[in-house]
Amino acid sequence: MRNLISRKFSLSKIGLAVAAPLVAAVFSIAISSIAVIASKNSPIEAFKTMWDFGTESASLMETINIATPYYIAALAIAVTFRAGLFNIGVEGQLRLGALFSCYIGAMFVLPPVLHVAAVFIVALTVGGLWAGIAAYLKVKRGVNEVISTIMLNALAGGLSAYLLSKHFALLEEGSNNLQTKELPASAQFPDLMPILRKLGVEDQPGGGVYGMFFVAVALGLIFWFVVNRTRFGFELRASGLNPIAARVSGVNSKKMTFIALVISGAIAGLAGLPEILGQTHTYSLGFRQGIGFTAIAVALLGRNSAGGMAVSALLFGFLEVSSRALELIDIAPETYVIMQGSILLSAVIAYEVVRRFKLTLQSNELAKGVQS
Amino acid sequence: MKTVKILRYAVMLVFVLASIRLITGATDLTSTGTASAALLLSVPIVLAALGGLFSERAGVVNIGLEGMMIMGAWAGGLIGSQHGPWAGLLAALVFGSVGALVHAIATVTFGVDHVVSGVAINIIAAGLVRYLSTILYKNGTWPGPSQSPGIESISVNGLPVLSGGQYFGWKSPDLLGSIANLNWFFVSDLAAILRGLTGDVSYVTMVAIAFVPLTYFILWRTAFGLRLRSAGEAPIAAESLGVNVYAMKYAGVLISGGLAGLGGGFLAIVAASNYQENQVAGRGYIGLAALLFGNYRPGGLLAGAGLFGFADALQLRDSTAIHALLLFIVVILAFVAFRKFKSGKQVGAVIALVSAGFTFWFYFAVDELPGQLVTMTPYIATILVMALASQRLRMPAADGIPYRRGGLR
Repeated sequence: MRNLISRKFSLSKIGLAVAAPLVAAVFSIAISSIAVIASKNSPIEAFKTMWDFGTESASLMETINIATPYYIAALAIAVTFRAGLFNIGVEGQLRLGALFSCYIGAMFVLPPVLHVAAVFIVALTVGGLWAGIAAYLKVKRGVNEVISTIMLNALAGGLSAYLLSKHFALLEEGSNNLQTKELPASAQFPDLMPILRKLGVEDQPGGGVYGMFFVAVALGLIFWFVVNRTRFGFELRASGLNPIAARVSGVNSKKMTFIALVISGAIAGLAGLPEILGQTHTYSLGFRQGIGFTAIAVALLGRNSAGGMAVSALLFGFLEVSSRALELIDIAPETYVIMQGSILLSAVIAYEVVRRFKLTLQSNELAKGVQS
Repeated sequence: MKTVKILRYAVMLVFVLASIRLITGATDLTSTGTASAALLLSVPIVLAALGGLFSERAGVVNIGLEGMMIMGAWAGGLIGSQHGPWAGLLAALVFGSVGALVHAIATVTFGVDHVVSGVAINIIAAGLVRYLSTILYKNGTWPGPSQSPGIESISVNGLPVLSGGQYFGWKSPDLLGSIANLNWFFVSDLAAILRGLTGDVSYVTMVAIAFVPLTYFILWRTAFGLRLRSAGEAPIAAESLGVNVYAMKYAGVLISGGLAGLGGGFLAIVAASNYQENQVAGRGYIGLAALLFGNYRPGGLLAGAGLFGFADALQLRDSTAIHALLLFIVVILAFVAFRKFKSGKQVGAVIALVSAGFTFWFYFAVDELPGQLVTMTPYIATILVMALASQRLRMPAADGIPYRRGGLR
């Protein structure tokens, strides 16, 4: 027993777990410092400015607001990663989910909670159906899901532009801003200011924290439970880790592929909603772009685990918000993209190096055990 | 035999298009302008797909083609606007290879999952060029944060006698062009398309198209090619025969990045006259799709890229032509139904016939397709083709599997 505990919490094991993120952090700080120095500025000043601005409470709230859709979309991607697939089409799924839930959600009025639930169901259904095309093509026609979801992204872009401009948009006199009819108050998700005020947080000019934050947390918990603690989650991971072994032990891997992609699309459908239900209450041409692609980085950095992705979503949000302060000291705020990119790449490589190192360590230990 | 078959199909294709032009009056279906635009739009995709071919034949999946094209386009804009178009193309090639080097280090040396590394490169490349462009804009070198200054154009030429090329000051007659103007059914259509493909072609385009047979020669007729392909089919066996698998994979990925970068540079320098943000717009992915469509063969990927280029050219030039193209789909579906019926698959034949009927009805139901839907044509074509072609694909046996010397994982 003692042996088991010591093996589980041995120093080298903890060291290895910390090593990868640490190496990645050092490497990315080095790269972004070089980028800042290249534009003839002081990296220390840059980091200090970012930290000071980013830790103000208004910035922290915005960080959470930016991280929420990233997190939901990353969960969607992680479902497929766990099943050995890759849904790169989250961007398209969340766009169509947002568009349809705005259009359909504004058609009727329901009691407050029910209405939000109805909007969720629309988003889940649309996202799931759109991903279902890729799932069908994968299972029935053998089309690589990476290629088909990329194509579906482009199609979702064209389709949403067409539907918005020709059918869904409310034309206002003298305005050429295309947007859907505003969602009634019953479909709006209240922000978290009432709770935050009790905790002693003051109101900020930028607005509060979206209520969808709770939904993201709940989704994260559900993701963790289903993937790690249920039979379905086991079969999902099994068909991802070793499809042949999974099939031999009775897992229908085609079914798992289909279900994984559709569930992924359904979750993705929700990722466009935080901003809409919390702030804009309508889908317009200015709908935020690129959530689905940044979420891929978030999922990779968080290693597809519920906790890891939460940390990386918040990190990405923090970098995005705090880098705005760089404008004040005359550095391009786009520096955050360099930071995000270098963190991602170095983390991905560091994880792999640590995994290989662990493997060598294990086989050495095993060899020692055999000798003695 | 095979060349004859391909030629026969090509002539049949032109015949069908010419008939549809005659019926619908959509002259752009077979015009010289469409053919030459299709060629221009195909070249970047051909280059990306050739890049993918080198990489995947060496066993490394390269989703990062998109990012490498972005790097190439940006470098083409930067160097091309300062030192002329040819230097720009060279810079594009080099920058694409730099992106590929990162991919090779991650996947070959460190064994990172190929798709993961490729996606990371796409995200990084897009961010990096945005950052650098902003800096260039701020210090006054560039006119905007998302575009470079203008680039000189590279001169064009055509075949002698047939397409009105210029040689040493001698302007040759334009035989195909005159036939195209005669308006004879089929003959003029064929001449117009050939004129578009062979006349007023940029020198870069000629070089790029020449890469297709050259790639075939390198990969299938040289020792280097055999070794490179063996690294993608059976790396352990290759290693046991003395092939340096790591070196082959590095070579494949680096060539891949160079070609993709060149494709990006082509977009900035030849297809446009400066670098603009989002110029690549998913063409790296389309190149990958063209490669899959072509079953990992140079000739096949050329056909795939041509299909995409044609659809793209039509939607850019004339949206009524896309409407006429619906009739083309009817013809193809009817052909599929006939083939299915002949091979005894009644259900498939009925499905194809019903789809043909539906498309035929749709053709008459709408007068003109809305612009937003027309832009979707190339992507729909890619999905449909993938759905039909995926089952006969044979990718390199060890494609996408991280390889580590000594058999360790």
